[in-house]
Amino acid sequence: MAADVHNKGVSWEIKNGNLAPSDRLRQDRSDSPTPGLVEGTEPGAGQEGAMFVHAQSFEDLTADSESNTDNKSAEVGDSNPENAQKAALEGGEEEVQEESLEAEQEEVGKEEVQSSNKAKEEDVTSETWRSHRKHVFVLSEAGKPIYTRYGTEEALSSIMGVMMLLMSFVEDKKNTIRSIHADGYRVVFLRKSPLILVGVFRTSCSDRELTRELHYVYYQIVSLLTLTQLNHVFQNRQSYDLRRLLAGSEHLTDSLLRLLDRDPGLLLSAVMCLPLASSARDVVSSSLQAAKAKNLVFSILLAGNRLVTLVRKKDQFLHHMDLHLLFNLVVSSSSFREGEGWTPICLPKFNPAGFFHAHISYLEPASDLCLILVSTDREDFFNLSDCKKRFLERLRRRSAYQSLQEALNMPSYPVSQVGIPELRHFVYKSKSSGLYTSPDLPAPYQEEEEHERLMGLYQHLHSCLHNPTRPLRYIYRCAETENLYALVTSGFELYLCFSPLGTKGLAVSAVNKLLKWIRKEEDRLFILSPLTY
Amino acid sequence: MSLRELKVCLLGDTGVGKSSIVWRFVEDSFDPNINPTIGASFMTKTVQYQNELHKFLIWDTAGQERFRALAPMYYRGSAAAIIVYDITKEESFQTLKNWVKELRQHGPPNIVVAIAGNKCDLSDAREVSEKDAKDYADSIHAIFVETSAKNAININEVFIQISQRIPVIDADGGSAVKGFKLRRQPSESTRERTCC
Repeated sequence: MAADVHNKGVSWEIKNGNLAPSDRLRQDRSDSPTPGLVEGTEPGAGQEGAMFVHAQSFEDLTADSESNTDNKSAEVGDSNPENAQKAALEGGEEEVQEESLEAEQEEVGKEEVQSSNKAKEEDVTSETWRSHRKHVFVLSEAGKPIYTRYGTEEALSSIMGVMMLLMSFVEDKKNTIRSIHADGYRVVFLRKSPLILVGVFRTSCSDRELTRELHYVYYQIVSLLTLTQLNHVFQNRQSYDLRRLLAGSEHLTDSLLRLLDRDPGLLLSAVMCLPLASSARDVVSSSLQAAKAKNLVFSILLAGNRLVTLVRKKDQFLHHMDLHLLFNLVVSSSSFREGEGWTPICLPKFNPAGFFHAHISYLEPASDLCLILVSTDREDFFNLSDCKKRFLERLRRRSAYQSLQEALNMPSYPVSQVGIPELRHFVYKSKSSGLYTSPDLPAPYQEEEEHERLMGLYQHLHSCLHNPTRPLRYIYRCAETENLYALVTSGFELYLCFSPLGTKGLAVSAVNKLLKWIRKEEDRLFILSPLTY
Repeated sequence: MSLRELKVCLLGDTGVGKSSIVWRFVEDSFDPNINPTIGASFMTKTVQYQNELHKFLIWDTAGQERFRALAPMYYRGSAAAIIVYDITKEESFQTLKNWVKELRQHGPPNIVVAIAGNKCDLSDAREVSEKDAKDYADSIHAIFVETSAKNAININEVFIQISQRIPVIDADGGSAVKGFKLRRQPSESTRERTCC
């Protein structure tokens, strides 16, 4: 069987001459049969360092929620002993938490029934309302409703009051409520002063995964207002109705929650690139690099939810989460389709205290290519508008626009290109570059429901691998509809989905073949040499 | 023929149809499911007015509260402001009055103010009477029209009337208005007051 697979592998054809890596790359990069065991040499690792803030995984994301001062260790890198220690520490904390919770569990159960009854009274469509898989509520510390994913906030003010009560009841005893598990539901609490976020989920995911999603919602709100403004309004008036300031942006949070269910990038803290011949990408990147302005910090070209290129000011790094928030802003707002958008935006991971100003426009009205130019100056609109013009001119002059359009019109790539039988889908993340690649979803997963189910499976594997108390290096899971294999090394994270006819042996042997294939294609699938101004 | 650039900003409550008015004027299109504008959106359109070309530099601002503080950036240096309200929402007419006050206090001294009562196709749900709005507009010497971006009613009218009110270019010419001389453009139609 293995030999069979190998033969198939030999017949990989590179139709496009551009796909072959240049000699320079060949020399630099390891050709070992097990590439990627060391961070920085895995397929997809950048040549000149990453363009993102170094983000291990979601540890980085949750680190600051612990509000402990040693979150630097998570930022700096994944020097394993430190991380393991930290993870163990957190785990210990959590256990203590859970113990104290159990005592309250009974009471909580009662409360929950009561509160959902209230929601039922007020909401006409309560049965459908209650059957939603993921509810997210945001409230102020005074218990005022700020956001609900379903229904209206007014109708839910009492249920949010109960949430507030639960939270302060536990806090009175110098403790923190993190989650309640009951009847297949998980109620997860997150306090990010001055906001409180509560998620009610019908899922088997771990609390950490769910807290991560709440973090995203929190940062979404911060990106609209800045933390400074958020603190300011509540300092002035505790009972302030934040919905006044968030009016008209609810659809951003709705869209973010949908993205969390579908986009593995948010799960992996990574970004997907548009597959593009490296020569074409180089032209696009250098054209963007040349179109600079004094106060320009980031130039980002997106194709839908995929990154074409990113050019940044020297020494300034973008956090993948900020980039996801920008993605979300662009994909969820049709208002950028016409004309040129100019909006203040806070990139909370870069600096939660201040606004950047983003020039957002599509290269052509009907195209999916969206250019985001991020500046520090709010009067910079016409400078940036001029940058865009220069970028477009350069692209056209070097006739790169056409190849870009063609790459855009083609689907990403089918998994069959890899040449591994029984492999249906995979997600590969290069840790050092913070980029991931993934083939098009094949037939059974194209439907929305199946798509989300597959992502749910990946998410489950992710939470097993990153379990704070007992992290795993790899996991193989057999199920009726598919077999899954996931592994993590210091260089990469890989999630594979096989047909249910696959075997474990096949899955293990597939990893090396896949890594070799990714290595061969890496300069098409990844951005290997990110540019700066 | 001379080309004049006229900076115009749209102000008004969220959801009254500022973007729809601009889209109708610039693209002659209408999207009923348009998202709220984020920040502001910039578009241009050049129309002929008598023997001049007027290039409207249009700043379509977001009506949401969180962008309120940015408004001065857009009305500063504007030749005209179109303040939009929704004829089916009394509240949006009150917001309009606040905008007028703000412009009087902080706006450019010679700014041309136009009041547009949008969604006039929904007259069944009307909350602001045409007469009240007209009287108010007259009291502040503003242009007044009821518009419908959906049915393309009076949209071009607003901009034509702005063109009429813009002081003629010569002598002091108005601080906000820049003018450039261009050679006659043969492709342009020579009809007067052409729009779209």
